[in-house]
Amino acid sequence: MHNLVGPLLVVVLLLNFFLLGTSRLQGVINASAMQGVLLGVLTLCVHEGLNVWIGLITLVTVLVKGVLIPGMLLRAIRDAAIRREIEPFIGFLPCLLFGALGTGASLIFARTLPLAKEHVGSLLVPAAMATVWTGFLVLTTRRKAINQVVGYLVLENGIYIMGLTLLHAMPFMVEMGVLLDLFVGIFVMGIILNHIRREFSSLDTAHLSALKE
Amino acid sequence: MLVLTILLPLLFGGLAFAFRSNLKRPWLLPIGGGLHLLATCLILLGQAPLRDGAWLGLDPLNKVVLAFLSVLFFLCSVYARGYLVGRPQQPNRIFIAALFAFLGMLTLAVEAQHLGLMWVAVEACTLSSAPLLYFNQNPRSLEATWKYLLIGSVGIALALLGSYFLAYSALHGGMSTSLFFPDLVREAPHLSHPWLRAAFILLFVGYGTKMGLAPMHTWKPDAYGEAPGLVGALLAGGLTTAAFLAVLRFFQICTAAHDVAFARGIMVTIGLFSMAVAAVFMVRQRDYKRMLAYSSVEHMGILVLGIGLGGLGVFGSLLHLVNNGLTKGVLFLAAANIHRAFGSKRVEDVSGAIRRLPVTGALFLAGFFAITGSPPFGPFFSEFTILRAAVVGGRFWVAGLFLIMLFVIFVGMSATVFAVVQGEPSEKAVASGYKDTAFTVGPIVAFLAIVLLLGVYVPPPLSQALHQAAGFIEGTP
Repeated sequence: MHNLVGPLLVVVLLLNFFLLGTSRLQGVINASAMQGVLLGVLTLCVHEGLNVWIGLITLVTVLVKGVLIPGMLLRAIRDAAIRREIEPFIGFLPCLLFGALGTGASLIFARTLPLAKEHVGSLLVPAAMATVWTGFLVLTTRRKAINQVVGYLVLENGIYIMGLTLLHAMPFMVEMGVLLDLFVGIFVMGIILNHIRREFSSLDTAHLSALKE
Repeated sequence: MLVLTILLPLLFGGLAFAFRSNLKRPWLLPIGGGLHLLATCLILLGQAPLRDGAWLGLDPLNKVVLAFLSVLFFLCSVYARGYLVGRPQQPNRIFIAALFAFLGMLTLAVEAQHLGLMWVAVEACTLSSAPLLYFNQNPRSLEATWKYLLIGSVGIALALLGSYFLAYSALHGGMSTSLFFPDLVREAPHLSHPWLRAAFILLFVGYGTKMGLAPMHTWKPDAYGEAPGLVGALLAGGLTTAAFLAVLRFFQICTAAHDVAFARGIMVTIGLFSMAVAAVFMVRQRDYKRMLAYSSVEHMGILVLGIGLGGLGVFGSLLHLVNNGLTKGVLFLAAANIHRAFGSKRVEDVSGAIRRLPVTGALFLAGFFAITGSPPFGPFFSEFTILRAAVVGGRFWVAGLFLIMLFVIFVGMSATVFAVVQGEPSEKAVASGYKDTAFTVGPIVAFLAIVLLLGVYVPPPLSQALHQAAGFIEGTP
């Protein structure tokens, strides 16, 4: 199982690029859902030997990150009848470029950090940093509220990958804390999204610009 | 016993759903807040020692914070009863439940002795405060809530990443990977330094976002501007304090790891930068509630600056934590009364507050003098202590910048405050039916009385507790 970790992380990184370059909201949500499922599988692969807790964490990760939240977001875009990110603050091409630069930088940076011997040469740490960076880019450059939520999800995915390096040592509680936070966070955001739609009849955060200096 | 201080508010939060009447339900707040204060007092007098490996526990640092938060919430809850009864059309069931949930999670965040548990609690604080911001249910409060949740979530996500980094530095150091704070401090010298530094930066940015330090402060003016005044007081005194406590815990770990110079450098820089940003936006600020938000940014800057200076500064900073929180109570609650009477928070529409609301207007003015560091109020002495720490440490540039910024902020803030307080009230304001009541003025008087007392005389038990807390952070008991 352990030799699957590298290839899976490469797929996660490719999905990052897809997320940065796509304007179709449905595609973006699906990509983040796929990342969520991959993270679940990664959890299984990183942990040598199966037990109930790991099985449970995997299951909950796949359900929440891969099914529940994307489902909620897909319903939100269906209800609001929006399809595309029309004009992001920074175009898709420059975004891709920044993403590539960030991924390269995290590969180099991870090399300078002292790693525990089981993680030397593993992609876990650089992939975590690159994914966090991707999430940050999506979060800050897109206008649609849905896209910002997806950006936040991707950011959390990156953090989750970092958490995988600690899977043996970290208490179970923190793992669940991540999922719980994610779920409740998105749940509350989902409610707020609903309010935004009712109030402005759109999910464009450009409407949210009354408050400034 | 400690669990009681967390469960009690949650129980009252549940009770809020059982009451049908919008007018009777607010009574829950002072009762719940009072019981929380009582339980806190009993615990502090009982002095249970911290057990090893306990998830919750009191140490010299969070003892002070817990006592302060309980007083703050109690006074705000008394005010809340008066405020909510004054707005009977606005449904308050969820608001009251969220207030109690916020108190419970805040208490948990303060009492937590485990890295992960504290993180979960701070996150829960953020979530439970979202309905508080959205109380007015209009487009502007919706926008404020959205920004608050989004920026706050990113901050809290970075804090989680930082927590992982800290855990990894423990893993790499080859220690038992216990994430209890006492263990982390004890084994800090063995932590891997590159990871520790990266962790501190992420944690400082993450929890600093919750504190509202510049440049991560952008949610603050919107949130404090749109939320009811009492929510502003609770966020500016409560949530920011819990986040500051988190920062202090990581600072303590850096100190114990003998790698503190770099953390201090970051704190002094960000502290001064926050003050500068606040100064820029407070000059000619036309919205008095946003002005208070920038004042909060300023004082968060002063807090981390004091810690960054070290020595005497740590004591000054902890004293300022209490002083600032209580003075913010005066200002936010008084501003809320003015907002209610005038129906606007723009300086153009509001004048003559002291004629329209003699008590509230006078309190607002006194609060302004207190927060800008005028004697004989408490903040004067804590800011003076921090200034002395800079001078004693030979940091004359820091001391000079600190003084200049305080002066600019005093001038900037005074223009706005005097415009609100002086002059003749408009006819519309005179016609509005709002009147000061014992519930909406009493807590403000109490806040101001404590701030004044702390300026004239710091009671020996408090002073001793603060010195112990400062020694605890610096590792010199």
